[in-house]
Amino acid sequence: MTAGTANWSFTQDDFTSITESLTRFLGETKSLCALLVDRSGQLVTTVGEAPGLDTTTFASLTAADYSANDQLAKLVGETDFASLFHQGEKGSIYVADIARRLLLVIIFDSRTTVGLVRLRMKDEIEELTLLIDRVFSRGRGGAEPGGHHLLEGADDEIDKLFNW
Amino acid sequence: MINYASREINCKIVYYGPGLGGKTTNLEHVYGKVKPETRGKLISLATETERTLFFDFLPVDLGTIRGFKTRFHLYTVPGQVYYNASRKLILKNVDGIVFVGDSQAERMEANLESMQNLYDNMSEYGYDLTQMPFVIQYNKRDLPNAAPIEDLQAALNPGWEVEDAVKHRVQPDPYHAGQNLVEQVSGGEWVERAPYFEAIAVNGDGVFDTLKAVSKLVLKALA
Repeated sequence: MTAGTANWSFTQDDFTSITESLTRFLGETKSLCALLVDRSGQLVTTVGEAPGLDTTTFASLTAADYSANDQLAKLVGETDFASLFHQGEKGSIYVADIARRLLLVIIFDSRTTVGLVRLRMKDEIEELTLLIDRVFSRGRGGAEPGGHHLLEGADDEIDKLFNW
Repeated sequence: MINYASREINCKIVYYGPGLGGKTTNLEHVYGKVKPETRGKLISLATETERTLFFDFLPVDLGTIRGFKTRFHLYTVPGQVYYNASRKLILKNVDGIVFVGDSQAERMEANLESMQNLYDNMSEYGYDLTQMPFVIQYNKRDLPNAAPIEDLQAALNPGWEVEDAVKHRVQPDPYHAGQNLVEQVSGGEWVERAPYFEAIAVNGDGVFDTLKAVSKLVLKALA
């Protein structure tokens, strides 16, 4: 049994690789925006245009939506539903699992089709899975790439945060 | 999660406890008191009668530490027994837990059932509640039928055995003079209890003390 939950950290290099990959995907599929969200509902990154979108709330609801559907899948004897599609009149969203740790959310409109998004998604998931596996293989959350812990010895600073 | 690219530390805190105990009220008070620029929207997935159906969600920025923005995502779970499937989902990847107990004597059974349910759900994810940031809030202290704190502590926070000999030293409770979080009990074994707070969430008493305590524990666990 582990003491707590899985912590992880995300570096500038990870960010650059993921952004490049998602930018290419958005261009190829003519989608508006991609969000990478962790399973606890925290936003990892956003690429593309999403004017007026409250990304924090969006990320939290996406994770809850996906988790609820995961359980629905189990109730009908499936391991999971690998992706979700919500169709709107103008905008639609497509959500897919990445390495059982993250969710990729694509927002698109009538300039493209769900067929094209789905078609390109398979390769994108494979690419992102490789990148994400690299992130998680580094281990515990507080450690920077050099092994230094960001908050080590920061007790005083943490205490000061709470001088409300 | 620490995001070096966006220089953010994101943490997830879940308010757990029996139905109508005041979990949503805690979040509503935080929402009403913190500056609008430091918090996001309060999202409530509730029934028409305002009972929480799935969760409430409130993101709050606490400030900057070592150049990183610390953002806490506060969630509540639905308290009613019926909603265990959705309650369990919210615990996924949690960093800290607040158990909001209802002080009313006649709610003791519901408190105990909810606490047991919390341990069970955490354990199903492989998380050990005794090893992670965890605080208890006894809410509704103003009600005439509120049980004494000693009774609530004995029932809901009796302590767990500390097996690691390195931790066998008295740790005073920073929030209650003369009390200890870790101590040796009469039987000889060492026990540890979760920090607790008294609250009247409906008028805000104890709400921020609870939030501060659990947030601090979460950040120190990352350190």
